[in-house]
Amino acid sequence: MIEAVGLTKRFGAKTAVDQLSFQVRPGHVTGFLGPNGSGKSTTMRMILGLDRPTSGHVTINGRPFRELPNAQRHVGALLDAKAVHGGRRARTHLLALAQLSGIPEKRVDEVLGVVGLQDVARQRTKAFSLGMGQRLGIAAALLGDPQVLLFDEPVNGLDPEGILWVRNLMRQLAAEGRTVFVSSHLMSEMALTADHLIVIGRGRLLADMGVQEFIAHNSAGFARVRVADSDRLGAQALGEALVKAGGQVLKEPDGALRVTGLTLPHVSDLAHEAGVRLWELSPHRASLEEAYMRLTQSAVEYTSTEDPRAELFEPEPLTVPAWEDEGAHQVSGPTAAAFYAPPPPGAAGAQPFLMPSRPGDLAGTATDPEDPR
Amino acid sequence: MSTAVLKSEWTKIRTVASTVWSLVSALVATVGISAALCWAIGATFDDLPQEQQATFDPTVMSFAGMTFGQLGMIVFGVLVVTSEYSSGMIRTSLAAVPRRGTLLLSKLAVATALALVVGLLTSFLSFFLGQAILGEHSIGIGEPNILRAVVGAGLYMALIALFSMGFATILRSAVLSLGILMPFFLMISNILSAFETTRKVSQWFPDQAGSKIMQTVPGTVETPYGPWTGLGIMVVWVLAAVLGGYLVLRKRDA
Repeated sequence: MIEAVGLTKRFGAKTAVDQLSFQVRPGHVTGFLGPNGSGKSTTMRMILGLDRPTSGHVTINGRPFRELPNAQRHVGALLDAKAVHGGRRARTHLLALAQLSGIPEKRVDEVLGVVGLQDVARQRTKAFSLGMGQRLGIAAALLGDPQVLLFDEPVNGLDPEGILWVRNLMRQLAAEGRTVFVSSHLMSEMALTADHLIVIGRGRLLADMGVQEFIAHNSAGFARVRVADSDRLGAQALGEALVKAGGQVLKEPDGALRVTGLTLPHVSDLAHEAGVRLWELSPHRASLEEAYMRLTQSAVEYTSTEDPRAELFEPEPLTVPAWEDEGAHQVSGPTAAAFYAPPPPGAAGAQPFLMPSRPGDLAGTATDPEDPR
Repeated sequence: MSTAVLKSEWTKIRTVASTVWSLVSALVATVGISAALCWAIGATFDDLPQEQQATFDPTVMSFAGMTFGQLGMIVFGVLVVTSEYSSGMIRTSLAAVPRRGTLLLSKLAVATALALVVGLLTSFLSFFLGQAILGEHSIGIGEPNILRAVVGAGLYMALIALFSMGFATILRSAVLSLGILMPFFLMISNILSAFETTRKVSQWFPDQAGSKIMQTVPGTVETPYGPWTGLGIMVVWVLAAVLGGYLVLRKRDA
């Protein structure tokens, strides 16, 4: 169990971690998500006592890391795969770490086997690839057979087979009742690995909830409606009807309509009433990655400026249809934010969308908006 | 300090190449250059002015290469500490053992012990080889004060290494540490000691005070301290550097 209370770290004028409070519970893989520079690594370093918090505190099993007796037997960490002396051989690197806590030499060979590095154990680590470095770092974390494990970006540089291996390892460690805290900036990876998510941006807590809950809350959908190309008037009539029924409509470059706020059956009914022939009526869902991007968008530390080359061609933007009052549906206004707005951490989930969150719901089965699924 | 951490530090120190080559270079440079200078002085002894012949100190002569040999010790001391920082190994180590004082003291203890062994080996080798080359101008190890000087030379080398470790723990950068220590001990300290006025200051420098232990014949240069006090002054410098390093390690984020 890792517990942070009001954890804050300032580097000069810059606040890297801001009033962060969370708990990481045993028996789960807890994903720690955030864009680059959001304070993930600083938080991990504070958990491990490498950095002193400016204020607040963080404990492992109720005690600050620096006060843990025989820390290596309780906590294992992979912070930086390159944090090894390149001139030392993999096995002696692990041996030196094992000896720090009186871990027997036999254990070194065991963990080398666990991470699959037994054949290169006697090579100097400077010849290691990033993926091999990650495996060596994971081996170091496993040395003391600890109950609490921290991994900072463990899948960086791993091949697909390695990623799968790490994923299974994390899940297995959690299944054994250990506390597993894994940072990543890849939502898609965490969706597959973690049970619980802690999302931060600019050092602040953005979300602290189960993965399923996160998906339910943050991935909104829309319906794509395409009226037969020959039926120009029909498209306009349908658009007006949809807006009147309370939907939000955007026109896609190919002339189709992107509708939010109305269920698919309702859209179909309206089309029928308007006597419009449809070529397409399809449910779409924002991916989890997209939801995460929306969530952290305002909290991204390093945003790239637009490449001026983009001026050389005009992409066709989503346009407000002609029959819409220009100002009525400001896409960039509060409505747009509400599409993917995350609920405040810990708050009971209210679903601001009428679109069902599961394809199965589209069949017309009633959905309880309070049900986080 | 605990045996577990000491063992770990020993593993760390013996498994990197820089340990071997820096210590070997300290030994080879000291012994080799001393021997060469002994041979040169032995061959031209009769041409020396009367005054220099009278104050000739064969023991000091057989350690003449230490000015260069100590650079190997400095490199060893600096690299032992800074390689942990440059590689990031320090974070891996501290994530395993959060007691920073224990970690630092164990590292310094192991590295200094090793430096002392190599230092003593160097001083004895250098002494016997130098005396063999000096021939009729040589002196035996059984004569008064000679054993003190030879053992002292070994201590001096270990202390230089330890001083460098403390210094490097404060600065955390190999380039910065070597960039300051090497020119200081190779040139600045020696140049300042060559002039009467600046010697009043430079005689308190760690190397100038510490090397007094190797002197067995009262030289032309007067110092307000004896051989053991001189070494004591050096020890004070070393302790100050180690304490500074300890405070920095304890205070600052790793």
